[in-house]
Amino acid sequence: MNMLLSCPMPQLDFDIITLGHGSGGILTNKLLETGVFELLKNPLLDEHHDGAIFELSGRLAFSTDSFVISPVFFPGGNIGELAVNGTVNDLAMCGAVPKYLSLSFILEEGLTMKEFWEILVSIKFTAEHAGVQIVTGDTKVVERGKGDRIFINTSGIGQVHEKAQISTKRVQTGDKIIVSGHIATHGIAIMSVREGLEFETEIVSDTAHLNHTIKALLDEYGAEIHLLKDPTRGGVASVLNEIVRDTRLGINISQKSIPVLEEVYGACELLGLDPLYVANEGVFIAFVSAEIADDFVKKLQKLEHGQHAAVIGEVTTEHPKQVILQSQIGGRRVVNMLVGEQLPRIC
Amino acid sequence: MKFLTEFRAPEVVEQYVNELHKIVTKPWTIMEVCGGQTHSLVKNGILHILPKEIRMVHGPGCPVCVTPLNLIDKAVYLAEEKGVILCSYGDMIRVPGSKRSLLESKANGADVRILYSPLEAVKIAQENPDRQVVFFAVGFETTAPANALSVVHAKRLGLKNYSILASHVLVPPAMEAVINDEEAEIQAFLAAGHVCTIMGLGQYEPIVQKYNIPMVVTGFEPVDLLQGILMTVKQLERGEANLENQYSRVVKPEGNPEARKVIDQVFEVTDREWRGIGTIPMSGWEVKAELSEFDANKKFAVNIPKAPECADCIAGLVLKGIKKPYECSQFGKGCTPMTPLGAPMVSTEGACAAYYHFAGEEISA
Repeated sequence: MNMLLSCPMPQLDFDIITLGHGSGGILTNKLLETGVFELLKNPLLDEHHDGAIFELSGRLAFSTDSFVISPVFFPGGNIGELAVNGTVNDLAMCGAVPKYLSLSFILEEGLTMKEFWEILVSIKFTAEHAGVQIVTGDTKVVERGKGDRIFINTSGIGQVHEKAQISTKRVQTGDKIIVSGHIATHGIAIMSVREGLEFETEIVSDTAHLNHTIKALLDEYGAEIHLLKDPTRGGVASVLNEIVRDTRLGINISQKSIPVLEEVYGACELLGLDPLYVANEGVFIAFVSAEIADDFVKKLQKLEHGQHAAVIGEVTTEHPKQVILQSQIGGRRVVNMLVGEQLPRIC
Repeated sequence: MKFLTEFRAPEVVEQYVNELHKIVTKPWTIMEVCGGQTHSLVKNGILHILPKEIRMVHGPGCPVCVTPLNLIDKAVYLAEEKGVILCSYGDMIRVPGSKRSLLESKANGADVRILYSPLEAVKIAQENPDRQVVFFAVGFETTAPANALSVVHAKRLGLKNYSILASHVLVPPAMEAVINDEEAEIQAFLAAGHVCTIMGLGQYEPIVQKYNIPMVVTGFEPVDLLQGILMTVKQLERGEANLENQYSRVVKPEGNPEARKVIDQVFEVTDREWRGIGTIPMSGWEVKAELSEFDANKKFAVNIPKAPECADCIAGLVLKGIKKPYECSQFGKGCTPMTPLGAPMVSTEGACAAYYHFAGEEISA
């Protein structure tokens, strides 16, 4: 709300988005001139050119992501914040310092200007805090029923940290696997709104940009960090499975050491979901050399979004291509790739 | 979380496992009836910490697995051809019909909605008076009260556009069918805790007596399951056959009378076809004749020709505990959750899915 107070919506002679706003004509101009451009102002965007022209040198990282989340507003954030954080985090996982973003909207006719503005303001503040500039973009409007209020695509370019050597190929036997915080929180926050579930304490999405934290870790540990991943869709289990598939190594994880908020765990039980497969936003997984693992966790725990970091497992040559979980009660089981969507069960 | 962590406590689990090792003297085959128990056994790695003498076989208690193919085809038909809003529990929509699953129908544009409760479907019917809303009411005695209640609500609201496509199945007749199967070698049962929560213990004593078979009503958490197995093995070793209740914190001897009242109001017992097993007499519930306006089977009198089951799928043998999922030639090869040949590979309670997801080929000893 504070963000909205500092950026009040401009006086416009329309209060909902119509097809005309995507026509390229007067309405499009009005929307962009009085709204988007003004709010996201920076020298590159101010050029109003077909694209942004800038100089960068050295190793670069480039990433893109589309955001189609429903509901658009959820406890702890909205689609705008997610769209910036998502691409910023993808770049950070490449070991890069994010610099520039593109921002494209597909709006559904009927979206209120008030909602659109709130999303724009979130984008502005999230980008500022992440230290990235939005330098180019696009807006299209589709007929009612042909979208889901608002879809956003962001692409981003970042400069790879000079010490970073992030690659799946660098994962090796003995590497410790570290998760930066409570898992499954974002997915359950969204699902509880979708299913109309209420819990004693509201479960709030932990969407966050992790680039500052990652940079601090790279400054300190550089090439000792072998791989970084953000376990968004498909959750932690899917990321770990991708890695064993690509490296032909095995992974052991311990259920006891995986941080999950108690209320999230309860909600998962209720909904018949496994937290290992639930989507995350403000969380990353790091594969680091065993020698630095303890220091890495201690350091991470002092950084933003890293308070609950923990070692959850390690890479092994046993059982190649399989992720094996040591269950809380001491049994063992395979953690497989998620098949389709996790669906609520019958009883 | 209270009521969860204490039933997953490693030290209690260890204590039960040690005790099992101490008392077991010969091989025993025990069937856990409910698919939820199967998943808990596999997911928590319990099968690997049990003494080698104890062989757990997995029972028919997977509602999605035993729902007849023809009924899935019918649900698909109603969604695609009759333009109904077809509501279902999530589990059901991935199960393959003879042509396609409800999930594929949904992707093709049919209005298929995944719900947690049939009462949500009643609400959808209220909000869409010009559309027919059908709830795919599958399940054992556990889901029956809520499904029945939806009919009671719809009737009270005077809704003309709500009906249920019911395929309810009952546990006790299925247990008898499994015992009577010549190939099955089951020596004891872990009975399904949540079914007994509704129905109570009354129906099980006669089975224990008639077949002289030990039975322990058991819960779903690791500690529940190990305690249930320990109680069963104690009976087996002593040569006794009693009905015991491990899950007494949830299951009362009389069950839940209120829930049963609602069931009696809406359903009556009927013969039922079980997918993979065949027709078992008096093993299901259907909507009572006087409520036929809420019975999608009668309301939409469509005759869907019976399609043959996949010849390679041994789901029936798996459901009766005769074969383990990995003993199937197609397991993990021609049949995976992405390309299922039978329902046990897709349902979250199906034994094949449990082994595929959690056991893996290497450690599925």
